[in-house]
Amino acid sequence: MSDHLHKNCQDLLGSLSEYIDGGLPPDLCREIEKHLEGCDNCRVVLNTTRRTIDLMQIPAEEETVPTDVRERLFKRLNLDDYLNRQK
Amino acid sequence: MKRKTARFPSKPCAPGDRTEFARLVDAYSAPIYRLGLKMLGNQQDAEDVLQNTFLNALTHLADFEGRSSLSTWLYRIASNEALMLLRRKKNAVNLDDFHPDDAEESPLPEVFVDWSALPEDELLSGEAKMALDAAINKLPEPLRMVFILRDIEGVSIKETAEILGLTETNVKTRLLRARMFLREQLSAYYSERLTREETHERPSP
Ligand SMILES: [Zn+2]
Repeated sequence: MSDHLHKNCQDLLGSLSEYIDGGLPPDLCREIEKHLEGCDNCRVVLNTTRRTIDLMQIPAEEETVPTDVRERLFKRLNLDDYLNRQK
Repeated sequence: MKRKTARFPSKPCAPGDRTEFARLVDAYSAPIYRLGLKMLGNQQDAEDVLQNTFLNALTHLADFEGRSSLSTWLYRIASNEALMLLRRKKNAVNLDDFHPDDAEESPLPEVFVDWSALPEDELLSGEAKMALDAAINKLPEPLRMVFILRDIEGVSIKETAEILGLTETNVKTRLLRARMFLREQLSAYYSERLTREETHERPSP
């Protein structure tokens, strides 16, 4: 696989983030999709960038505040009497 | 793509109302703790960010005028706390040569292996999760903060700009660079796993 990037590819990469977020005007969007159809490298970059964002989100969603951390926080804020309220 | 949005109460609480404040603390603790965790990379510092943010909020709640949303206001306090703590801890790292908003400086992708179809349990194995954390930790701070707010917390571009006092264009540039940087790091890691798999050299778990 060639790792040489054409000028078109560089242009596309500059808009990649906005393309992923869906914030581009329709004509630019179509232009990008046309390029993606014929360019393996850019398709790989798009797929792996999307997956990168997904993967960074998934473990983060599982992260909550540990019980002892919450306890110390409430004590620090003088809210001890609210500790047993529903989380 | 699925976007996670934190559920925040819409009404800011009246100053001095402890019940409301306790509710506020519980509602916002998770995203703020997570921001500290991702920004500083360890639980002790994340706890400091969490405590300092709410101590600060408690002191200044009376000044909160509702000009920005409550979440924007709290995220702004939290991001300042995180950055201050980072600066206090850092010794020799010099960021003067780094221009986070100069789009021309964006490095080009170098790894073109499509690992995106690897099964999720492999992409998120214990070892892989450590690689994800290491990649975030390597991100230059100005990019890391934008990535955490936008892609991990699910905050909009506009609100991220408001929280950090940046233009939306700057946020977009930083986000693109952060995503490209992380993609490159993860590509290096996962493509090696793919190669191991193809050559049947995968060690048994
Ligand atoms: Zn291309």
